Amino acid sequence: MSARHFCSVLLAVVAGAVNAGCGERPQVVEYKKGQYQGKTDAQPWDSAQFKGDKQAWESALRQRNQAQNEYQRTQ
Amino acid sequence: MGRMKFLCDAERCIECNGCATACKSEHEVPWGVNRRRVVTINDGVPGERSISVACMHCADAPCMAVCPTDCFYQTEEGVVLHDKDMCIGCGYCFFACPFGAPQFPNGPAAFGARGKMDKCTFCAGGPEADGSDEEFAKYGRNRLSEGKLPACAEMCATKALLAGDADVISDIYRQRVLRRGKGTDVWGWSTAYGKPQPAVAKANQEGKK
Repeated sequence: MSARHFCSVLLAVVAGAVNAGCGERPQVVEYKKGQYQGKTDAQPWDSAQFKGDKQAWESALRQRNQAQNEYQRTQ
Repeated sequence: MGRMKFLCDAERCIECNGCATACKSEHEVPWGVNRRRVVTINDGVPGERSISVACMHCADAPCMAVCPTDCFYQTEEGVVLHDKDMCIGCGYCFFACPFGAPQFPNGPAAFGARGKMDKCTFCAGGPEADGSDEEFAKYGRNRLSEGKLPACAEMCATKALLAGDADVISDIYRQRVLRRGKGTDVWGWSTAYGKPQPAVAKANQEGKK
C-alpha cells in the first residue's frame, strides 16, 4: 500500500469519525418516576383508637366532614 | 373514602389567621416555619380577597417528582407526606412547589445548613409510629389517626377553610354557592352566608313597621 493510499484511507476514517459526532440525538432526559425510599407508614385506622377498623375511622371522618356544613348543622 | 383536600372559600375568609395560629399551636411548629398562611389580594382595596394557603396535597405532586432522595410518599387518602430522615435539605421541592409549601427551619441558607424540610401534613403525621413522641417531634400531631380533620379547618370560625374528603367538601361549597346566588345578586352579608330565608325576611320587615 502506497503512502498516498494509506493517507486517503486514514483521512476517510477520521472524517467519518468526526462526522459521527454531528448526529442529532434526542437531548431530553427521560423522566423516571422515583420509588419512595423511606420508612413504611401505618394506615390511620391502625391507630390505638380504631384498632384497624377502617369503617369506624371513615364514619368518624364523615361525621367531622359534615360538621363543617353549618347549613346542615343548624337545621 | 376519596382524596383528602383543602378548599378555601374566598368570600368567607376574613384574614383572621386563626388557621395559621391553630396549625402553629397544634404542631408546635418552630419559628421561621409557616405551614399555613393567609394571602390577601388587593389588601385595603374594596373587594379584597383572602385565602388560606398550605400544601395542597397534589394528586401529581411536583415536590415528589423532583426529590433526589425520593423521600416523599402519598397515603391511600391522597395526603402527601415525607420522611425527614431521608431529607437532605436540598430545596428542590421548595422551588418545584407552586404554593410555597415546603419550608426550611433555618430559612434561606446554604445547602446543608437549611435543615430538614417541613410542610403541612394534613395533620397526618409521618412515617413514625402513630401518636408517638418521635412523630410529634418531627411532624406534629397525627389528628387523622384520631379520626379528626386538620386543626386549621376545624378551628376556622367562618368555616371558610374546609378540609376532608374532596367530594364532600365540594358538595358543601356547591350548596353555599347555590344559596348565595351569583353576580349582582350577591352583596354585603349575603355574599358569604347566603340570602335570608323568606320567613325570616318577612319577620324582619314586619318588625321594622
